[in-house]
Amino acid sequence: MIGVEHYVVVSSILFVLGVLGIFLNRKNIIVILMAIELILLAVNLNLVAFSAFLNDLTGQVFAMFVLTVAAGEAAIGLAILVIYYRSRGTIAVDDVNRMKG
Amino acid sequence: MDFSHSLSLILPEIVLSVAGLVLLLVAAWGGDKTSRAITIASCVVLAACFAIVAPSVCAAAMGPDTVAFGGQFTADAFAGIAKLMIFAAAGAALVIAPAFFGRYGIMRAEYPVLILFSTLGMAIMVSATDLMTLYIGLELQSLAAYVLASFLRTDDRSAEAGLKYFVLGALASGILLFGMSLVYGFTGTTDFGGIRAALSGGMATGALFGIVFVLAGLAFKISAVPFHMWTPDVYEGAPTPVTAFFASAPKVAAIALTARVALDAFGAQAGAWQQVVIFAALASIVVGALGAIGQANVKRLLAYSSINNVGFILIGLATGTAEGVSAMLVYLAIYVAMTVGSFVAVLMLRNAEGEALEAISDMAGLSRTKPLLALCLAMLMFSLAGIPPLFGFWGKFVVFQAAVQADMVALAAIGIAASVIGAFYYIKIVKIMYFDEPANVVQGRSDWAHWALLAISTAAMSPLGYLLTPWLGELADGAAAALFLAA
Repeated sequence: MIGVEHYVVVSSILFVLGVLGIFLNRKNIIVILMAIELILLAVNLNLVAFSAFLNDLTGQVFAMFVLTVAAGEAAIGLAILVIYYRSRGTIAVDDVNRMKG
Repeated sequence: MDFSHSLSLILPEIVLSVAGLVLLLVAAWGGDKTSRAITIASCVVLAACFAIVAPSVCAAAMGPDTVAFGGQFTADAFAGIAKLMIFAAAGAALVIAPAFFGRYGIMRAEYPVLILFSTLGMAIMVSATDLMTLYIGLELQSLAAYVLASFLRTDDRSAEAGLKYFVLGALASGILLFGMSLVYGFTGTTDFGGIRAALSGGMATGALFGIVFVLAGLAFKISAVPFHMWTPDVYEGAPTPVTAFFASAPKVAAIALTARVALDAFGAQAGAWQQVVIFAALASIVVGALGAIGQANVKRLLAYSSINNVGFILIGLATGTAEGVSAMLVYLAIYVAMTVGSFVAVLMLRNAEGEALEAISDMAGLSRTKPLLALCLAMLMFSLAGIPPLFGFWGKFVVFQAAVQADMVALAAIGIAASVIGAFYYIKIVKIMYFDEPANVVQGRSDWAHWALLAISTAAMSPLGYLLTPWLGELADGAAAALFLAA
């Protein structure tokens, strides 16, 4: 029998992979965008699993909102990436250093 | 609560969203030549929303009459006072923009529209009493803000600021959201009142993880240490009017949101978050004060100053009392006026070609070339440092008073000690302006709108500001009472 704890463990692993993907990635900003999507999907898995086990629809409604916002966020992220590529000619993570810090 | 009553409570948000959509269409059809008309229309809309919200703040609205849509949204005095500050700061960001972008020839019509949408998101944030409303408001504010940060497309620092803000902001949203999913899972509801009831009988480990994740995500948004690292880069790279906006309105919204989440939703488990907030407050004060010392760019310096100020604001929240929340609101109001004034003064630093100057060394001897500007800037710096005759001192005083009343003497003592370190770099700017050999690079005349805002801000920060204290204190007390009645 698969219980809610199995879902939470899987979604926690996905969440940690997403966060590590942002911080350990040294190559490409597109990979960071994918890592962000992974985090949001981990959250959705959590919400839907809790919703099913609590017999409460709120979590599924919340998951729909998260999906919608994730689409908007990806669109804006890619648009900013295009502006950045136009002015710098690269999207390598190590080159994002015009300002120190 | 019937539907029409709910609609009447969200009137400012309806006005903002309809106006934003209509002006977006005008911008799409009319192009950039309509940017002046759209800016003026947006200011009028913000003023109208200010007028709609003001009565509920003066009447200290609270209780079940302020709850809309079955507990999703609350238009009480606490949300109201935050909205007044947000609308005022957004209006200032609109007024100062045309002169700045006009010099680059890119005062685009989208700028006021994005400010309106971001303001709408903030208004939803501060009124949210449900995790879902909170998330939608936060994202609406953030998505518009990411675009605003990269608005100066000809400057590659602006694109880099937008990119950094986007990546770290999206990460913060993800952390916040993961925490909210855990809170939902372990309490079975997304409603603040329901979460509070569920947590009052004890707390599962999963819910504790949820609370910590939610607070970490919110700390990112208010740029509290240890989640402050994006702030200096974004503040330096973003166009200066946008930086002035970032340092004022979203800070108010995120801090008011944090206060409502901590005291309303997690109020039954105050012990679980108080230690976190105390740590973030002290770390922000110390890191903000030390980080600013070596900065050569005035926008980076003001970024560290805002981190430092967030620490003082969090002291008010850490007390967990109504006096603490009231002090926090007073500090916020003073902070917004000081910060907007400082950034307007930075906007007025230009060379003979009209290019923006950002290096602190360019301000050398400003007192001899531009005595009035130097005097205003010096007063704002003394006020930020909290030197007594100026109004900035009052904010720090009420916050420390609330901390002492809540038996947090050690917290207040460390805060006062660290504010002495902070005074060093504010006074260094005054020293450079008044005692160094003139660099003579600041030239040209400034826009009248900049002078007007700088005059208002400086007048409020002068000892005349103390005339406002009874009135400000009364409004803040009413707002804090509204928050604690709901909690």
